[in-house]
Order: sequence, then structure tokens, then C-alpha cells
Amino acid sequence: MSASTTAAPSAPSRAVGLPLASRLAAFRTEGFPTIPIVILLVLVFTAVFAEFIAPHNPEVGSLSQRFKPPAWVAGGSSAYLLGTDHIGRDVLSRLIFGARVSMIVGFTAVIFAGVLGTALGILSGYFGGWVDQVIMRITDTWLALPALTFAIFLAAIVGPSEWNIVIILGAVYWTRYARVIRGEVLSIKERDFVRLAIVAGCSKMTIMRRHVLPNVLNSAIVLATLMLGVVIVTEAALSFLGVGVPPPKPAWGLMLADGKKGLMAGYWWLTVFPGVCIVLMVLSANLLGDWLRVKLDPQLRQL
Amino acid sequence: MKRFVLRRLGYAALTLILLSLTIFLFVRVTGDPTVLLVEPGASRADIEALRHDLGLDRSLFVQYLGFVKDVIRGDFGRSFYYRTPVLELYLSRLPNSLLLAAAAMAFSLLIGIPSGIIAAVRVNGWWDSAGKIFALLGLSMPSFWVGLLLILFFSVYLGWLPSSGSGTVWHVLMPAFALGWYFAAAHMRLTRSSMLEVLGSEYVKLARLKGLPEALVISKHAFKNALIPVMTLAGINLVLMVNVAIVVETVFAWPGIGRLIYEGISFRDFPVVQATVLMNGAMVIVVSLMVDILYAVVDPRIRYER
Repeated sequence: MSASTTAAPSAPSRAVGLPLASRLAAFRTEGFPTIPIVILLVLVFTAVFAEFIAPHNPEVGSLSQRFKPPAWVAGGSSAYLLGTDHIGRDVLSRLIFGARVSMIVGFTAVIFAGVLGTALGILSGYFGGWVDQVIMRITDTWLALPALTFAIFLAAIVGPSEWNIVIILGAVYWTRYARVIRGEVLSIKERDFVRLAIVAGCSKMTIMRRHVLPNVLNSAIVLATLMLGVVIVTEAALSFLGVGVPPPKPAWGLMLADGKKGLMAGYWWLTVFPGVCIVLMVLSANLLGDWLRVKLDPQLRQL
Repeated sequence: MKRFVLRRLGYAALTLILLSLTIFLFVRVTGDPTVLLVEPGASRADIEALRHDLGLDRSLFVQYLGFVKDVIRGDFGRSFYYRTPVLELYLSRLPNSLLLAAAAMAFSLLIGIPSGIIAAVRVNGWWDSAGKIFALLGLSMPSFWVGLLLILFFSVYLGWLPSSGSGTVWHVLMPAFALGWYFAAAHMRLTRSSMLEVLGSEYVKLARLKGLPEALVISKHAFKNALIPVMTLAGINLVLMVNVAIVVETVFAWPGIGRLIYEGISFRDFPVVQATVLMNGAMVIVVSLMVDILYAVVDPRIRYER
């Protein structure tokens, strides 16, 4: 369903002289996604070396410095480049450490959901029969609950913590993988190499691990990349509602919730910067995922 | 056809039962709500009496059976917090949610369909690329952030629109925009690909060969047929909107179902959470059942699948 999927084959490839927008679009589907990868790498680097980059402690502020605007605005100081929040914490440092929270939660949740969903999808597709029925009925039920409602519901039950969020997001999103992977396994298990393996006397476990899994791995990776954006937005929404990453940890969603306190007074930097970070990360993950989808898995283009 | 409908009905019923069981079990794991309800210095006997009143001292299975029996009779219990029947609460909030969803849907279609058509007609042109960027942004910007930016611009700087609450047309505009934003991008993408498919079909070629003006070909022959999948998606999305509105309703203090769920969760209000999540899930199940059956009516090939 992607906008890129139905692009006519005659699309000009990186033609010079086209408007910037259409050059960007051609770049997106055909070229290597340099910009998204650079953004993601910068974010990963920031997350890993947060201690060395951040100018201040992200969780400690001084009340005398509260609601300082960014450095280039009148009243701002160069000590706090992007300003300070309602208890005088440095916004830039919180954004830098926030990258770490988003990365940890995003990646682990996507991997957790991916491993669970892929395993159940393979089992469901390969065994068929009642195993398939049970797994697919559970999948249907969980898919009937809209992801955000379900995630908020679970978050309220297990209580806020960084690792609970990972478990919740994994529990909510594994169904996406299970559905797609099961469908692929259904066609893979009819292929000759699987029949040969059965004739050769391989056990079911071996066939699933050695012959089926490698063939669905591409789809799982593409799905994981596309899910990364979804997972990060959901985490931000949960934190924003106060059922996600608990304060005073510097999560971007939490910063937006804090920023709301200064919103009516016009302290825009508390709302604008964390949102820009979220959008940059999600946009990069989506662009990378779209590109991977076209490159790795032509069958998934319809997704 | 009859067998197909019966099988689909069976699946839907099974999913509903599993849904109610899942929700019931999850809610019961949350913890004991009596702790939150009694006064800090309450005696053990008082707490036990309250637990008995609420039926929390019975076994899980008995509680679940009672829950299902009540739900079938339309009785979702009383809210622990508001002390009123949950169904009343739900129904009092539903119009607000539907109003917001309808406004957001109108907005998303008004933006999504025309831009999707232009993108398809001028495929690979400037408009198409702008549309792609719009779609990407729409799918990447969280709706609550869009909402916050709107408040910042229209309420704080310009002072044109109220930042929260409900009651007038002006209150609906910003939440509807924030909620419809994501769906506008989705509708645009589908309109575009559906238009492209139709524009490549034989009957559109024939219409062109007849010498009809291009505007007529697009508006009369292509657009009408391309609209079918878009309207189907819009129908499903309307239900989804009621659900994803939780964050937007919280940003704008909009008194809909989303806020009811959020309040229910913050006050540990079992019956409210149970009922709202169940009703919302049931809505999705019923609508997708209807879509499945409608499709089978339209397209006989689907009836014989599986």
C-alpha cells in the first residue's frame, strides 16, 4: 500500500534538473537511503556516548534556571543550548539521553516481538491443524484490539517501567509478524526443497530451523524495520500518558508531557524539540524500511 | 454463501469470547481496587465487606461467568469511581467520540482523496512527489505532537482557538485535525494506488478512445470505481479513530471514550476499563465481520476461499 509501490517503472532515476521533491522521491525508492541511515547512525552514536556528549546531568536541574529559552533567543544562555524545562533541567542533555531510552526500548521491543511472532508464525504455518487454529485465533483476538488501546491497557496493569514497556510492546505487536510469516510458511512448505528434506528424514524441528526459517528471515527483517517507527511512536504515546517510561528518566514522550506544563505560557522549545527527535527517528526508520522492503522482499510490497 | 456467513459469524463469536476472557483475566491481574476505594484508616472488616459487595471474594471462574451473563443483559456493572452504571457513562461519552471521529474522518477524506487523485493523474510529477512527502510525514508524526503544535500555534500565539474542552465548533477543529492527520495520509496513499489501477484498466482506455475529455474520464469513469476501496478503508478507520483518539482526547481534554479509558486506568476503575476496552474491541470485530460479508456479496470468489 506504500506510495512507492505503484510507481511506474519509467520513473526517472535521479534525473538532474528535476524539482528537489521529485529528486528526493526517486532517491527514496531507487537509491540507497543515505540520509535516513546517517540520521539513525547519529542517533545510535548519541545514545551510546550520551555521557560524553551531554553537557549537563539529564535528571538534575536547578530551580533558579527554570524555563530558560534556547541560546539564540533573548534571555537564553549558551550554557543551555536548547533551553531548560520546568525544573531547570537542560533540554539538550535530556534529548541526548532520551535517544538512549528510545533506542533501547525500540530495538529490544522490535526484536522481542519479532522473535516471538516469527517463531509462532512458523509453528502455526508448518504444523497446521489445531496448532494453527489455536495460534491464529489468539492472533485474531489480539489484532481485534487496537494496538494503542491494548498497550495502554497492559501498561496500566503491569505498571510503568522501562522493561515493562518492552514486554508490553512485544506482547502487542508480535501478532503482526505471526500473520505475515505464517502466510509465507504455507507456501514455503509446499516447495521442493522442503519435501526433499522430509524424504531425507529430517526432523520437523530441523526442517523449520534449517529450511523454513532462513526463507522467512528477509520478511521478518523488513517487518522489524517498519515496526521500529510504530513501536517508538507507541512508546512515546505511553510515556506521554504517564503509563510508559517513569519520570525522571529522560524519554522523549515524557518530555512532551512535561512540556505541556509550559505550553500555555508559550515555552515552545519544550514541545518542539522532543517531537522533532521522535519524527526524525520514525521517519528514518520508515524510509529505511521502505527501501529494504523493495530490495529484500518483493512479495511484501503489497503490505 | 450461507455456509460462508455462518463460518464468519462463528469466528466472530469465538473472537468475542476470547476477547472478553482476555480482558477479564488481564484486568483481574491489575490488583485489588478496594485498596484505592476505602479511606486510609479503614478496618480489615470494612475492606472485606466492600470486597464482598463488589463480588471480588468469589472465584475467578464464577466472576467471569457473572460478568458474561451481565454483559449479555447489557449490564456492565457500576463504576467504582463515579458510582454510576458503566453503560450510562459509556453512552454519555459516545456521542463526543463519534463527533470527533466524524469530523476527523471528514477532514482526512477532504485532504486525502483530492490529493490522492492529483498524485495519480500527475504520476511521478511534482504533485506526486509532494504527496509522497506528505504521506510519509503523516505516517511519521505522532498525532499528539501534531495536537500540541496546533495548540502552540492557534491557541497560544494567535489566540484563535480554545486549547481544550468541548461545546462549540471551534473546540472540534484542532482535535479533529490532529486525529485526522495520520488517516489523511493513509487515505491519500490508497486513493492514489487505487486510481492508478483504475486508470490503467480497459474501460478507461475505451473511454479515452471514444474521445471523451480527460476531465470526464477521470471524474466519471475512473474516480467512481477507485473510490470503493477507499470508502471501505474509511469505514474501518472510523472505528479505529474512536480507539486511537485516547492520546488526542487527553491532549485536548476532549470528553470522549478515549478519556474514559484513560481515567478508568488511572483510577483503577475495573468495570469502566473492562467495558470500554471490550466495547471498542467488539466494534472492531463487528465492523470487520460486516466488511467480510459485504465483500463476499460483491465478489463470489471470496466465498469459496479456505
